[in-house]
Amino acid sequence: MTQTFPPKPDSEDITRKPPSTGGGTTGMRLIVPLRGVVQGRGGLILGSLIPCALFYFLQFYLKRRRPSPPSNPASPSASSSNLAELQRTSSRSNLSSRGSIGRALVSTRASSIAKSNDSTYYIGLDRVKEDPYDEIDNPNGIIQLGLAENRLSLDLIEKWLSRTLNDSICGGSSDGLSISGIATYQPLDGLVELKMAIAGLMSRVMGSAALIDPSKLILTSGATPAVEILCFCLADQGNALLVPTPYYPGFDRDVRWRTGVDLIPVHCRSSDNFTLSITALDQTFNQARKRGQRVRGILISNPSNPVGNLLTREMLYDLLDFAREKNIHIISDEIFAGSTYGTEEFVSMAEIIDSEDSDKERVHIIYGLSKDLSLPGFRVGVIYSLNENVLAASSRLTRFSSISAPTQRILISMLSDTRFIQEYFKVNRERIRKMYELFVTGLKQLGIECTKSSGGLYCWVNMSGLIRPYNEKGELELWEKLLNIAKINATPGSSCHCIEPGWFRCCFTTLAEKDIPVVIDRIHKVVETCKSPA
Amino acid sequence: MATNELHGENSPYFHGWKAYDNDPFHPIQNPNGVIQMGLAENMLSFDLIEDWIKKNPRASICTSEGLNKFRDIAIFQDYHGLSEFRNAVAKFMGRVRGDRVKFDPARIVMGGGATGANELITFCLADPGDAFLVPSPYYPAFGRDLRWRTGVQLFPVMCNSKNDFQITVEALEEAYEKAKQSNIKVKGLIIVNPSNPLGTVLDREALKTLVSFINEKNIHLVCDEIYAATVFSAAPNFISVAEIIQEMDCNRDLIHIVYSMSKDMGLPGFRVGIVYSYNDAVVNCGRKMSSFGLVSSQTQHLLASMLDDEEFVEMFLRESAKRLSDRHKFFTMGLEQVGISCLKSNAGLFVWMDLRSMLIEQTVEAELELWKIIINQVKLNVSPGSSFQCVEPGWFRVCFANMDDATVEIALKRIQMLAGQGKEKEVAVKNKPWRKNLRLSFPARIYDESSVMSPRLMSPHSPIPHSPLVRART
Repeated sequence: MTQTFPPKPDSEDITRKPPSTGGGTTGMRLIVPLRGVVQGRGGLILGSLIPCALFYFLQFYLKRRRPSPPSNPASPSASSSNLAELQRTSSRSNLSSRGSIGRALVSTRASSIAKSNDSTYYIGLDRVKEDPYDEIDNPNGIIQLGLAENRLSLDLIEKWLSRTLNDSICGGSSDGLSISGIATYQPLDGLVELKMAIAGLMSRVMGSAALIDPSKLILTSGATPAVEILCFCLADQGNALLVPTPYYPGFDRDVRWRTGVDLIPVHCRSSDNFTLSITALDQTFNQARKRGQRVRGILISNPSNPVGNLLTREMLYDLLDFAREKNIHIISDEIFAGSTYGTEEFVSMAEIIDSEDSDKERVHIIYGLSKDLSLPGFRVGVIYSLNENVLAASSRLTRFSSISAPTQRILISMLSDTRFIQEYFKVNRERIRKMYELFVTGLKQLGIECTKSSGGLYCWVNMSGLIRPYNEKGELELWEKLLNIAKINATPGSSCHCIEPGWFRCCFTTLAEKDIPVVIDRIHKVVETCKSPA
Repeated sequence: MATNELHGENSPYFHGWKAYDNDPFHPIQNPNGVIQMGLAENMLSFDLIEDWIKKNPRASICTSEGLNKFRDIAIFQDYHGLSEFRNAVAKFMGRVRGDRVKFDPARIVMGGGATGANELITFCLADPGDAFLVPSPYYPAFGRDLRWRTGVQLFPVMCNSKNDFQITVEALEEAYEKAKQSNIKVKGLIIVNPSNPLGTVLDREALKTLVSFINEKNIHLVCDEIYAATVFSAAPNFISVAEIIQEMDCNRDLIHIVYSMSKDMGLPGFRVGIVYSYNDAVVNCGRKMSSFGLVSSQTQHLLASMLDDEEFVEMFLRESAKRLSDRHKFFTMGLEQVGISCLKSNAGLFVWMDLRSMLIEQTVEAELELWKIIINQVKLNVSPGSSFQCVEPGWFRVCFANMDDATVEIALKRIQMLAGQGKEKEVAVKNKPWRKNLRLSFPARIYDESSVMSPRLMSPHSPIPHSPLVRART
């Protein structure tokens, strides 16, 4: 599998890069005319000039004729070449803008977004928006399995709100919820009371072995800016982070877009249940070094998105050792930490660094309320780091992404009610587990297996037996069938950069229990069409 | 990037804030503390907002009345924003401009406060190394917000008091040429109208000139109209760039407006920033980028309800303008009594105070000396013109809308005392400690950090005489 990576943004190279499989044939095309010269056919000049001329014209002709890249990423490795495409497009626009009196151009980022083809992840989400399933109003609409949202336990929060908050966010009385408490400028990295409340929440969620220090928290408007801010702090433009695949498609935007930091995939396979191996990590690191690309850190998600497995304590220690040896950072995205349902114990990186004497400054944890507390709209993200430089820089960067003050106030009340939080997590976990079991059982009846997962709001489904041919094209065809015929939106593994085709992430927490048979039934229809001879 | 100094927090602008943080004024607990006059915050009309929120519990959604909407709002994270929010904001923006122009809700993009919105539009319009022209004096944080992560440079367009700090074509051309000579690509011009720190509005001619300029050079125009509703007297009227482009031929793809609820509505804590662009590519890109700074859906909902209440909006805009006008009048008249004049202005939350006559000499060093005295002895945090990149030393921005009437009176008295010291001070400042001449007995407090504030500062005791040939630094 060839690794492709984007050329530097100011590259003058405007020739289209041949697809990854074309590397060999290009070589051949070079040798043939040379052979003609060597063998002296047609005289030296004719023998060299004509074949070379023909060779170049042939290349030109073939390039013109070659079909434009498919609307979905061609292969897991080429997804980075998609970005290469984006960057190349922008270098073209750079060329035309120099010394031109044409239209005022927007920035490279803007033009690249305008021309880019969104990944299947985003396309699927859009399709559901256009035609959303509703049991009564739109029973033939598309059922959403592509968004990791948890709708199972919002009623618990509603109940708490109706019990607790009196008239308004300006509140009654004593707890100082006056207008100046919510309207004026507040510390940009979050109110102290909210940091304390979140520290308490995280300590609970990440296992009581890890005590979270509120002064080491930075609050941001969502986990999305939290990831970006950490990347700005830990790496420079052109540096890279290693990331195990398959990974959350949003990382491509959050990590790379404005920072100029690259993501290098470290592939994991189903044979290992998609667990990361240090050997693979090491290999990828060395390859990057040979290429001259500086790796600044590893980005992991634990519980993993999209697979849903948990990293063992041993693996976490191994990762820390690896980071120590290579002198790099670890970013641990633990946003699903409270949404575990299996029998395995969740171990947070926070616990690891608590127990270590050194290297506490290498590890940075991301958290948020969008998944565990089902409040994505409220935009609450957290960076937890024991590295003073990172804290100082992140804190300043939050001026661009602060949490709205009235929202902070409400959350302080909610999160400080520890009894409610405890109850909430217990019931929520139970409900997720129930849905997981129903869903997985339903799929099993269709002969479809999932990896054994213990966390997250989704399962990682193996539909590789249903795709023909056994490659990304086959996977995308199945995805389209699921979207158009079965009318369900699942996230194909290719958008998560999975190296094995045929895997899909299906989120089940946006469903009600009664929707599951509907979903299984629809998938059944597509399974039948796949099994019947083409 | 994290370790460079572009965050700008080591400049005098922020040092003043630190002085305030160390010793904040409180009428009862700390009556000799530093009064904050460096923060452009509008606290005059909070009670109106508070009143409305109490009367409309449904809007907050986290109340028993609003609970039925809770689920949908809590889950909503679409970067398009709630449609009712966009509609309400579009309507409000039109209302603030006297309904002379209509805004399209589909062009509204969210940002994390005006700070986030300014950074977002910069990311969308310029690449690292490109430049923006910005008329000086300008809001100090532009140096951080527009440059830090974006890698964009700022070229100031010099304005001075000879023509009341108006922007001239000559100054624009000069800045543009300067950039060109350094081989730097100018991508746009950013203006703040009504101006911060001047408090003035651009008239129709000036706006037309600016639009022609950017059209001719084919560069973008970003209008930060964040103070649009703080205009407190009808003349001169506030004219938005949105109106101008209705009246003249212009490439609309070049026009972008930045807005926010932080100043007009006095709600900076809500972190609502808006980018309104007439350029589809920018809207498209900006919208995706807004994922990094979306407005909390709960806040969107609250504001949508509030701004939709036309009666309330009408009343609020009227009352807020009146209170600002009253405060401005009280303050400027009080200053005039002691011979301190301000630039004539009718907008904003501050005045541009002229203390040039109090400088020993017309240099930035002298301005900073005077500023140190104002912070340490007079105990007011005002912002020196040099932190706004003003070419003329001696101007100070003084914010008057972030305090109650009693505090304003105290602040005014302190300034009047400073002015009264005027002539004595000019002689006395060379001999430390002049503060013995002050009639008020402030505790003699030495500001420790002053020595690291600016390497350009020279101590009054310095054996090197203050050279009159020292060029005023911009």
